[in-house]
Amino acid sequence: MSNKQPTDGTLVRVENVEKVFHRGSEDIHVLADLSLQVPAGEFLALMGPSGSGKTTLLNLIGGLDRPTKGSVSIAGERIDQLAGHSLAAWRARHVGFVFQLYNLMPVLTAERNVELPLLLTHLSRAERQKHVDTALAVVGLSHRAKHYPRTLSGGEQQRVGIARGIVTDPTLLLCDEPTGDLDRKAGDEILDLLQALNREHGKTIIMVTHDPHASARAARTLHLDKGQLSDGELK
Amino acid sequence: MFVLDVDFFDYEDEEDDERGKFTMKFAHLIWCNLRRKKLRTSLTLLSIVVAFILFGFLSAIQQALVGGVALAGTDRLIVREKVSIINLLPLSYEARIERIPGVDFATHQTWFGGIYQEPRNFFMQNPVEPEKFLKIHPEIILPPDQEKAWLATRTGAVVGRRTADRFGWKIGDRVPLKSPIWSDRRSWEFDIVGIYDGRDKGTDTTPMFFRYDYFDESREWGKGQIGWYTIRIKDPSQAAEVAKRVDAEFENSPAETRTEPEGAFIQGWASQIGNIVLIVAAILGMVFFTILLVTGNTMAQAVRERTGELGVLKAIGFTNGQVVALVLAESCLLTVLGGVIGLGLARAITSVVAQNLAGLLPLFFLPTRALFIGLGFSIALGLITGIFPALMAMRLRVADALRRM
Repeated sequence: MSNKQPTDGTLVRVENVEKVFHRGSEDIHVLADLSLQVPAGEFLALMGPSGSGKTTLLNLIGGLDRPTKGSVSIAGERIDQLAGHSLAAWRARHVGFVFQLYNLMPVLTAERNVELPLLLTHLSRAERQKHVDTALAVVGLSHRAKHYPRTLSGGEQQRVGIARGIVTDPTLLLCDEPTGDLDRKAGDEILDLLQALNREHGKTIIMVTHDPHASARAARTLHLDKGQLSDGELK
Repeated sequence: MFVLDVDFFDYEDEEDDERGKFTMKFAHLIWCNLRRKKLRTSLTLLSIVVAFILFGFLSAIQQALVGGVALAGTDRLIVREKVSIINLLPLSYEARIERIPGVDFATHQTWFGGIYQEPRNFFMQNPVEPEKFLKIHPEIILPPDQEKAWLATRTGAVVGRRTADRFGWKIGDRVPLKSPIWSDRRSWEFDIVGIYDGRDKGTDTTPMFFRYDYFDESREWGKGQIGWYTIRIKDPSQAAEVAKRVDAEFENSPAETRTEPEGAFIQGWASQIGNIVLIVAAILGMVFFTILLVTGNTMAQAVRERTGELGVLKAIGFTNGQVVALVLAESCLLTVLGGVIGLGLARAITSVVAQNLAGLLPLFFLPTRALFIGLGFSIALGLITGIFPALMAMRLRVADALRRM
């Protein structure tokens, strides 16, 4: 039975979500009765202090974790009801992740890092290479394709991370503090790139940040505090 | 719009025909991961290589000492003097043995103990009855014309290919041997009339065989006596019963006998050194247990160091099964690589050593069977050492793993 629901143009629908972590005998309530809707094509920033639950919410939307209560639907599909292989397959098809510390494989070159998600596809080697070249061109790093991460600057490594995130043309791009480890100049370049991906390529982006300068680039900013959202303004 | 036409695997489809290609795609990643800590990987690889060289060497020793057991004829029994094989048996027993129900025929051999030029040139030489000897030992391949020449030449001897090559002997050569056992004073002259080959790789082609009548006439003592009998029985399944009948036939005689299958006889020789199989198994057991710990530790460390990276792989869509397969493939690649290099070196080393031990240990070589067993060991080692780190990787929660990057 399909768990698809009508979307009405909403790509991400989080409803009455609670997330409780258990640490020994202690229950830590990270998210409490949280609801959120993100329309397709939006660039949303999630802000909040450390421990407010930003990354936890991002993990729920990205299918990396499951809510204790409530539902998470992406493009009408209840991903909180998926498990194991199905959830992994869903992530491979629909989500691109960009991490604060880039999380690249140090033993692989830039292009081989970007290729990683494509190893899960039916594409031939030549086709994979074509996709990798396209993704690296989009982030402006074609000339650094053969370089290992240790020989790239922080900004360049993050561009590789973004290329890896978009190489499968995912429905949704989830960025966890993408500029958190970069200086202002490199951070601005990454934000320019994310903005371009949103505006020119129609990517739906949810970005967690605690930097107001970064959140200013998003179309909408939501604030998260003690596991609850406060509405932000649409720019 | 940034659109890439991407076709993903169907994760539910167990019959996915792309599975083979899928595995190949990861070869680069697996290889790169293995090279991540070059020194650690090299040292682990070296320890595996050394273990497999030892495995190969011990297998060759085992082959040399008990390998003949596997090649022993199941239809052959050996009859020797009950107390010790150095005590002789009367030649007259031959006819009596052949009359025992279940016996096809019997023939005999005697230890000659000859020395060619100097004692270190050791190889076995036994007097035999040529026709019966060749009939009972079909694993000895002698061309018919050479067999004919042997029957026609009283001083004729046939020598195995390995010994002929070792000393550069050829047909027509006259070879002098001294035998301190049978005559201190004289040198025995033998005409090489044949060079035989073995039917199987494990057939010993170092001994020389010559005619019993020449031996019996020329020796200074023990005439009319032989070392041991080899019996061919009509039905191998009746071996135990026939052996009992033979021993019963000579019970309470001056020379009582002990009869046993040829395989047990060869095993008995090797057992004088000790239980070879047990010794080899004990040494290898300790070696492989140590290697298990070394490789297991390497793999556990490798996975612990990569917790964050494994989290990334899971985040981008790798399933638990794929992560397990990646870790297992890495550990298996390491152990199989070590195994193949080690076995290859063992083969080369044993070949060199075999040339120097041709006389003492004629069956010293690394059998193909041992190579396959070694290869099986290397895969098993990879699976055992990889399984716990692989399970550790499988159980990682993605969100937790990403925090450890």
